[in-house]
Amino acid sequence: MNQPSRTVSTSPHIHANSGTAPIMWSVSAALAPAALWGVYVFGWRALLVLLISITSAVLVEYLLCRIDGKNTIVDGSAFLTGLLVGMNMPPAIPLFIPVVASAFAIFVVKWSFGGLGANWMNPALGGRVFVFFSFTSAMSTFSTPRTLVDALPLSVSGASKVADAVSSATPLGLIKTAVGSGSGAGLETWRILAQEGYPATRFAQGISDALGKAVSPYTIDSFFGNVAGCIGEVSTILLLVGAIYLLCKKIITWQIPVSYLGSFALFVWVFGGIRSGLGLFHGEALSALVSGGLILGAFFMATDMVTSPTTGKGQIIFGIGCGFFTFLFRYFGSLPEAVSLAILLMNIVNPTIERYVLPKRFGAIKPQKEAKS
Amino acid sequence: MQRIPTFRKGGVHPDDKKVLSCGHAIEKLPVPSELIVSLSQHLGAPAAPTKQKGDVVTRGEKIGVASGFISADVHSPVTGTIKEIRKVTLANSVSCDAFVIIPDEQQPEDAYQRVDWQAQKPEELLSVVKDMGIVGLGGATFPAHVKLTVPKGKSVDYLVINGVECEPYLTADHRVMLERTDGALTGIMIAARITDPKHIIIGVEMNKPDAIARLKERIAALGYPIDVMSLKMKYPQGDEKQLLKATIRKEIPSGKLPLDVGAIVCNIGTCYAVYEACAYHKPLMERVMTVTGECIATPKNILAPIGTKVADLIAFCGGFSTEPEKLVSGGPMMGFAFYDDQTPVAKGTSGILALPASKSVASTPCISCGRCVAACPMGLTPNRLYRNISHENYEEAMKLGLMDCKECGCCAYVCPAHLPLVHGMKTGKKMGRKKK
Repeated sequence: MNQPSRTVSTSPHIHANSGTAPIMWSVSAALAPAALWGVYVFGWRALLVLLISITSAVLVEYLLCRIDGKNTIVDGSAFLTGLLVGMNMPPAIPLFIPVVASAFAIFVVKWSFGGLGANWMNPALGGRVFVFFSFTSAMSTFSTPRTLVDALPLSVSGASKVADAVSSATPLGLIKTAVGSGSGAGLETWRILAQEGYPATRFAQGISDALGKAVSPYTIDSFFGNVAGCIGEVSTILLLVGAIYLLCKKIITWQIPVSYLGSFALFVWVFGGIRSGLGLFHGEALSALVSGGLILGAFFMATDMVTSPTTGKGQIIFGIGCGFFTFLFRYFGSLPEAVSLAILLMNIVNPTIERYVLPKRFGAIKPQKEAKS
Repeated sequence: MQRIPTFRKGGVHPDDKKVLSCGHAIEKLPVPSELIVSLSQHLGAPAAPTKQKGDVVTRGEKIGVASGFISADVHSPVTGTIKEIRKVTLANSVSCDAFVIIPDEQQPEDAYQRVDWQAQKPEELLSVVKDMGIVGLGGATFPAHVKLTVPKGKSVDYLVINGVECEPYLTADHRVMLERTDGALTGIMIAARITDPKHIIIGVEMNKPDAIARLKERIAALGYPIDVMSLKMKYPQGDEKQLLKATIRKEIPSGKLPLDVGAIVCNIGTCYAVYEACAYHKPLMERVMTVTGECIATPKNILAPIGTKVADLIAFCGGFSTEPEKLVSGGPMMGFAFYDDQTPVAKGTSGILALPASKSVASTPCISCGRCVAACPMGLTPNRLYRNISHENYEEAMKLGLMDCKECGCCAYVCPAHLPLVHGMKTGKKMGRKKK
């Protein structure tokens, strides 16, 4: 009898229908709201930076595919790397810089170690840190978001208010300078910002007043994305929306973000006041959590599957390490690169964590294991 | 609210697809025109043939005897003539000798007399179980008389009956619990008489509420000291390690047996076979199996003679509705794919699945997402095992607990890179054993 062709393969014969590409595209989708907010507050130039980052990442991936004879464009990982690189750029960055960052991320960090899954360092962060140290001043020049322009003090001339690229420091940068120069001694961070004349929106001041000043307007502005910073890092709330989506879809797990943010907040609360002479237990954890690239890093970059541990226990250790180093670099380091460097450092430690932190085996019994080997 | 029991570590929740066949009452297959009865339908040494080509056999007659301690007898399911003895390949790729039997047109009516099993001593019952060729019907086909033998110095606290049927698609045990309730329950009491446990528990997953209700109702009516425990659905709860963790909260140490934690686990279908063996002296020569899958015209639960060819079962179900891509013997998570519909079913065949073409997805590199680690019920790291095995570093894989892997398939089921993890584990075990 003629047998029709049938597949014979090892079990299992059904699959959860997950895939690498859906994971990557979902992360990109989760980042989209925060990226769009960046475009809204920083203008068309931010969009251009994002597009150039993505295009150059995908283009480099395509050229490397030609060498390898593979097609890995569709898996979405190059797109995601490009998007993350773009979101980690200041809006007014010279346009060649994101190109360099994306190319470095895809070519050096990812491809030269063996491509997807084989890199030990988060490609987007590798790219960002590379251009930060190469073009530090361009990478540290930030624009004022559209929503803050109206709140600028009158000393800033009306003419520059109209331009969409009013140069301003980030709150973190201001605080660091003030603490370094001694003018921030003995002051809480919000007092430092007020002393330096950092603007706050009327919206944030209203909420702050309604809360009886329990939360400073700067913290509220940071939470809603009315703050100077990189394109994709400013809107805490929209990043959280994306993060919740990824948590619900079980693409990321809670371990890294929770242990990262939790340990960071704890370190800040206990030791954060020391640098401005306030003593122990005077750190302001809430404002620290919504500042800078922390939320973007904790939910979207520290959780990069390839460069973080696979076990739950390992992920918690990884997160605490990230929290510790972020605190250390942000409060006692001289560079505004705390989150990136902390995560990259933990990327280095990751293989060691993976080696020694194993899940508890079912029915594991110590003496018996020794008897076997 | 009390927590519904299940095992804790790992596990997956595949779509159970049981609705395809769970509503169909067990139907008896008419005697096929030819049977292929294999001599290796159990774990352990193949049985030795006691008949030759040309011999006439009767239904229930022994045609193969156990050839070792872990081995089982084989009986002819029909009255007929042995056409030949030839090598066959079973669905699980085991190649062995098998009788090809041509059944007579007239089959005798079964006339088994009720035996008073309660009057028999445990050892006598045990020898009946052995004589009737009973093996574990859950799929592992471990000879039942070996499993029910309690070694000297050991005692049994728990007899745990496996009514979980956690594999998707399969509904044979479900139908046995619904339709053969009294027999199965009596079989449990026979197993209890042999092993003398302190407690008897039946574990059933909550997707079979009718079976749970029916079991409880009949247990109350018969006055048996059996507890029915409904378990939260989670694959692979039907594995004895996970089942004992879920029901009696005990963890079998690595490399040990249920008896080491004072338990014996027995499948509900096996209990029914024990009942027929001990209460009627009827050998194991037919069983209930589910023939289902999206490509079967009318999925059914069928009582079929051992040795029936898959093609006959599929014809009985109205053939294929669409041409299947895969034929699987057993469940979709752990079953074996085979290509030849002339393959015979054996004692361990719980079901035949005809599965449609799935979107074939090529493997991509591991992205260390950790889903396999989270899904592994044994607390292993499938990603690392697979990497070590791919690099032929079998020793390291063994150190990481490769031998604890039972190939349940959870890791490969969740893997977004579609890596053939179970295939890797199987290869690794084989090579690792060789190197030792």
